[in-house]
Amino acid sequence: MKKQFMTPLIVFGLLVALLVVGLIKAKYVRDVPSPLIGKPTPVFNLPIVEDLQKNFNSEELKGQVSLVNIWASWCVSCRAEHQVLNYAAQKKGLKIYGINYKDDLADARQWLASRGNPYVKSAFDKEGLLGIDWGVYGVPETFIIDQQGHIRYKHTGPVSAGDLENIIIPCVESLKAGKEVHCEKP
Amino acid sequence: MKNHKSFLLLLLFCLLPVLAIAGPKGAPKPPIVFDDPQVEQDYQELAEELRCLVCQNQNLIDSNADLADDLRREVAKMLKQGKNKEQVTEFMVNRYGDFVLYNPPVKSTTWLLWGGPFVLMFVGVFVLLKKIRANKQESQTDSADLSDEEKQKLQDILKNQ
Repeated sequence: MKKQFMTPLIVFGLLVALLVVGLIKAKYVRDVPSPLIGKPTPVFNLPIVEDLQKNFNSEELKGQVSLVNIWASWCVSCRAEHQVLNYAAQKKGLKIYGINYKDDLADARQWLASRGNPYVKSAFDKEGLLGIDWGVYGVPETFIIDQQGHIRYKHTGPVSAGDLENIIIPCVESLKAGKEVHCEKP
Repeated sequence: MKNHKSFLLLLLFCLLPVLAIAGPKGAPKPPIVFDDPQVEQDYQELAEELRCLVCQNQNLIDSNADLADDLRREVAKMLKQGKNKEQVTEFMVNRYGDFVLYNPPVKSTTWLLWGGPFVLMFVGVFVLLKKIRANKQESQTDSADLSDEEKQKLQDILKNQ
């Protein structure tokens, strides 16, 4: 082949390679990195689903390693996740706090009554404004909070049994041990 | 007539999956209204620059997602409270990161995005200039390659014209 045709061909090949890589990577783009990692949790004080007379104050998250899980009874993938959360709370002793996002109070209570309640308590975020503060864009979402009340990890989408064993529990354990860790997806 | 009815029934059946898509309950919310045209203009501009996190190829204005509606209302509320566009943008970036901006800031992580086109342009211009120069030299050497006899012939032709 003539040399003068080679250059455009190579440039075209590189361009194709670039676009193919972009296409393949595109499915991971949904995982938007959270700017909240390493920062204190949003400050809030909301009534809880279990009893509207009682409150969930963000101060309670300090002094322990805990999970904050955003859930809703209308959220289909929360159903699969709920069993994992029950297991994590009952068998693994994880402290899980809930934020009930844009839900109907009766539906939310029914959900907890019929599927079990893994949460220490669940804040009732009727309007979804607390969700915005947490940067929520797809329920369910799960955050790991360290002793200082800082967000150390964010999981978007349902936590599977594998995610629990491979990411969440190792991260929580190392935070409890006071090790300097970066909780990341393996 | 019977056909007509079964067709409608089929149509309704087709709609079922659409109705079954899960989302938060609630009555449709009232539209967002502004008293001040300046605030409304700010709102329009902001909502066009901010990305909807749920359907990521749409901005807040275009998106019908529930979250987009919440965020539109939040943006409108803050603007009505007298916050300026920079403050509202900061509010969004603090929660969702630079990802919400369709107009990303120039940072160390985005220099390729901003500089890339210019680098490509300079490379293109450089290659073009080189080609032009090479062509010129080629044509010069071509004429120099003529033998004396040929040069004489050329001169004769030019003179005759």
